[in-house]
Amino acid sequence: MNWTWFHRFASPPHVYALAARLTPWFAWPAALLILAGLWGGLVLAPPDYQQGDGFRILYVHAPSAWMSLMVYVTMAVAAAIGLIWRIKVAHAVAASCAPIGASFTFAALVTGALWGQPMWGTYWEWDPRLTSELVLLFLYLGYMGLRAGIEDTQRADRASAVLAVVGVVNVPIIHYSVTWWNSLHQAPSVMRLARPAMPVAMLLPLLLMLLGFTLFFIALLLVRLRGEVLARERAASWIREVVST
Amino acid sequence: MRAFFDMGGYAAFVWPAYAVTLAVVLLNILWAHRALERSRNEARRRLQIQGERR
Amino acid sequence: MSRREGTVAQAFPPIDASSAAVAASTAAGIRRAGALEAARLALLRDLQLAFRKRGQLVQPLAFFAMVTLLFPLAISPELSRLRELAPGVVWVGALLGSLLALEFLFRDDAHDGTLEQYALSGQSLTALMFAKTFAHWLLTGLPLALMAPLAALSLGVAATAIPGILLSVAVGSVALSLIGSIGAALTLGIKRSGALLSLLTLPLSLPVLIFGARATQLAIHGASLLAPLELLGALAVLGITLAPLAAAAAVRISLE
Repeated sequence: MNWTWFHRFASPPHVYALAARLTPWFAWPAALLILAGLWGGLVLAPPDYQQGDGFRILYVHAPSAWMSLMVYVTMAVAAAIGLIWRIKVAHAVAASCAPIGASFTFAALVTGALWGQPMWGTYWEWDPRLTSELVLLFLYLGYMGLRAGIEDTQRADRASAVLAVVGVVNVPIIHYSVTWWNSLHQAPSVMRLARPAMPVAMLLPLLLMLLGFTLFFIALLLVRLRGEVLARERAASWIREVVST
Repeated sequence: MRAFFDMGGYAAFVWPAYAVTLAVVLLNILWAHRALERSRNEARRRLQIQGERR
Repeated sequence: MSRREGTVAQAFPPIDASSAAVAASTAAGIRRAGALEAARLALLRDLQLAFRKRGQLVQPLAFFAMVTLLFPLAISPELSRLRELAPGVVWVGALLGSLLALEFLFRDDAHDGTLEQYALSGQSLTALMFAKTFAHWLLTGLPLALMAPLAALSLGVAATAIPGILLSVAVGSVALSLIGSIGAALTLGIKRSGALLSLLTLPLSLPVLIFGARATQLAIHGASLLAPLELLGALAVLGITLAPLAAAAAVRISLE
């Protein structure tokens, strides 16, 4: 089988150039989708019969929560690939993911708290979703702390890769245990919207936002990836051309 | 128009939520580009040092 | 060993004479032996060496006792109130105590190069990690589990709850030792890694805390703690199968 296409993806100069070219192809559609989602969510969607216009926080909370989890899984998969096949570019991807994921976990917590206050009467509620998000934030901080604590980049890559893989295995376990714990104490039901099925006018903007944020993540990743790839390269030749422009 | 900004009475929660998310989005864009710039500068400096060594 | 000049050895001061002697003989023995024998040697060695520094083993227990003392002072001397908080206090104390004890797992072996010997011995590092973690549990986790009923009694819990508390903390501490070994292995070369080690280990330990505290609570109320205990057992088994593998990988990476 011809593996050249795979080796191209592992080749830093190729990845650098590709990332630079692809970024606008993700950035602009992301912006469009997010704007469309905002219009649909803030203006077009009808108010929820139980939560009124307050439910519109969903359109920023759900994408943030989605990002926090998706980015962590991406980080763990990239880390595992880097660990197993010793591909530096994969480690560079993992390193790029962490700050993005951590910041959106923070956004999910803040928007969740702001949603909680009018709905439950309290800014913080130890419900499964918020508690799991908080734990996820600590997982990100631990990952970033470990990276920062090890000076040698290659060792930092490999050690944090082990941590990411262990973490991703634990995320479902943690979420299950937190849900189990919560159910024992009959906590109030989470931010559930009144109807079991959302009408299209409400659902569509949500899907647009989720897709838009996903593309936004890829665009951000591509930007950060270039820097991370550069930092892991000692070979002068291709860097010289790229950096002197 | 006013009804839009009022968000059915939930304005004090909805708009800060959107503001925080927007802030995180913008900070990420800024942060990513700054990190790239820093990497490029470091690479340039490394090349300079290597060039001087020869 | 030229590898000794690596970053792990740099982070620690030079070897202690008596442990070096035990280390050398065991390391040679491990290289020659079969897998099971090697694990047994590693286990015995850790127990032997710990026995020489018996005083250190008291530290996590003293810490646990101190933490237990803090709560009545900070909250109220009323036993009825303390009894309600007892599962949480006992488990938080045991968890923090086990975190403190993690320091002993790899520190001395990183000092005297034994860890490198293990990695280079050609034996399964995973098996050796399991042996070390088991020794560590015998030396720290089990004593914490034995102390837990005492802590609970001091918080007004009835003596009938003791078997349940003992069982839940014993099983839970197995999982905690295993989870902790991963973080300890990852932070081997980092100086003053206490806070980072806690940051890495605590999120992973939360399920143990949740199920363990629930089991202890049920034991205190005289109800059957089978459900959370089984979940704790599942976590311990998962830990036994996966943690030594992850710890071995982490040790190899830290020794690079």
